[in-house]
Amino acid sequence: MQFPGTEPNHDVTIEIGGFPIEVQTTDAEFERILKGRYGDYVRPGAASRFSLRVRLTAPASFDPDADAEVWLEDREWKMERGDFRASWNPEEGCGEVLQSANPYSIDSVLRIVHTLMLATEGGFLLHASSAVRNGKAFLFSGVSEAGKTTMARLAPPDVELLTDEASYVRKVDGCYYAYGTPFAGEFGEPGKNISAPIAALYLLNKASENRIEEIDPAIAVQRILRNILFFAHEPGMVRQVFESACAFVAAVPVRQLSFFPDPRVWELIG
Amino acid sequence: MAAMEIYPSQSADIASRTIGDDTLIMSTLDSTIFVLNSVGTAIWNAVDGKTPLSQIVHDRVCAEYEVTNEQAFADAKEFVDRLAAHGILSISDAPIPQKEAP
Repeated sequence: MQFPGTEPNHDVTIEIGGFPIEVQTTDAEFERILKGRYGDYVRPGAASRFSLRVRLTAPASFDPDADAEVWLEDREWKMERGDFRASWNPEEGCGEVLQSANPYSIDSVLRIVHTLMLATEGGFLLHASSAVRNGKAFLFSGVSEAGKTTMARLAPPDVELLTDEASYVRKVDGCYYAYGTPFAGEFGEPGKNISAPIAALYLLNKASENRIEEIDPAIAVQRILRNILFFAHEPGMVRQVFESACAFVAAVPVRQLSFFPDPRVWELIG
Repeated sequence: MAAMEIYPSQSADIASRTIGDDTLIMSTLDSTIFVLNSVGTAIWNAVDGKTPLSQIVHDRVCAEYEVTNEQAFADAKEFVDRLAAHGILSISDAPIPQKEAP
């Protein structure tokens, strides 16, 4: 029986990086959109201490290339772009989203929320493709056109792709792990929902031959910081991200991978 | 006439980490990153708001590197001016009173 003023729940729990977030909605069509968008990352019936309540509005025109604004206000993160307004309370682990019924807005909100959650424990989202081979994860980072998607496309059959766009790095019990993400780039497909300890991070550089080179740690930190997805420019958050990048370089081999885009580059990996 | 002393001090709006011989400094206000070499690191580590730059140069640069005091001071002055322009440190013409420990 449905009581007056109540609507049935169509909640969907989306688990990325081991963090299940219950996306709460009363809209059956939005539930279908979420399940279609997040596929293997949907965890039916999973318990979650994190939640995002979505209130749907009519679609509005907006600049799809605009950056989201993220700021801290009264101990709550606020985020806003032309197509959504949202808040996230890090202490309560919950937030609200105002958007139309589309997968792009909630995708952006989830990326931002995950960067905020990761930052508190020394992790980050990195512009990088990543893959698992022989039980170990390898990350390939670089700016746009550096070859992230190319490395994913060239991967041999024994390699499991985690993402071609945004790598999920978590520090668990002092070790760094890469997790699969549904955040896809040009490849257009979500990564496999698995995780593995990170064996190396390669900074990509297209070249006429394949080689792996040592890189100065200070330069490595600088280049990683350039590629960390970093929406909140609040000083405390900037400091945390800086510390996370330094700690990562101290713990994980970071090398420069100069590569010619053909499958032989994978002979150097793993 | 003797050059006026200056007293540089590190800004509170930075994060820094020494890695090997280099020091990375990031402004938490605009995320600008600076990489200091070993000489820059030696100066950076001595900057405390109460030690004049001339003494830092004498103790940390001239004592370690083969360079004249005048040249080292000129280079150090340019270095701290550049960092000050980005808000990484501030420069005072008198020692900066230190906060007492609670």
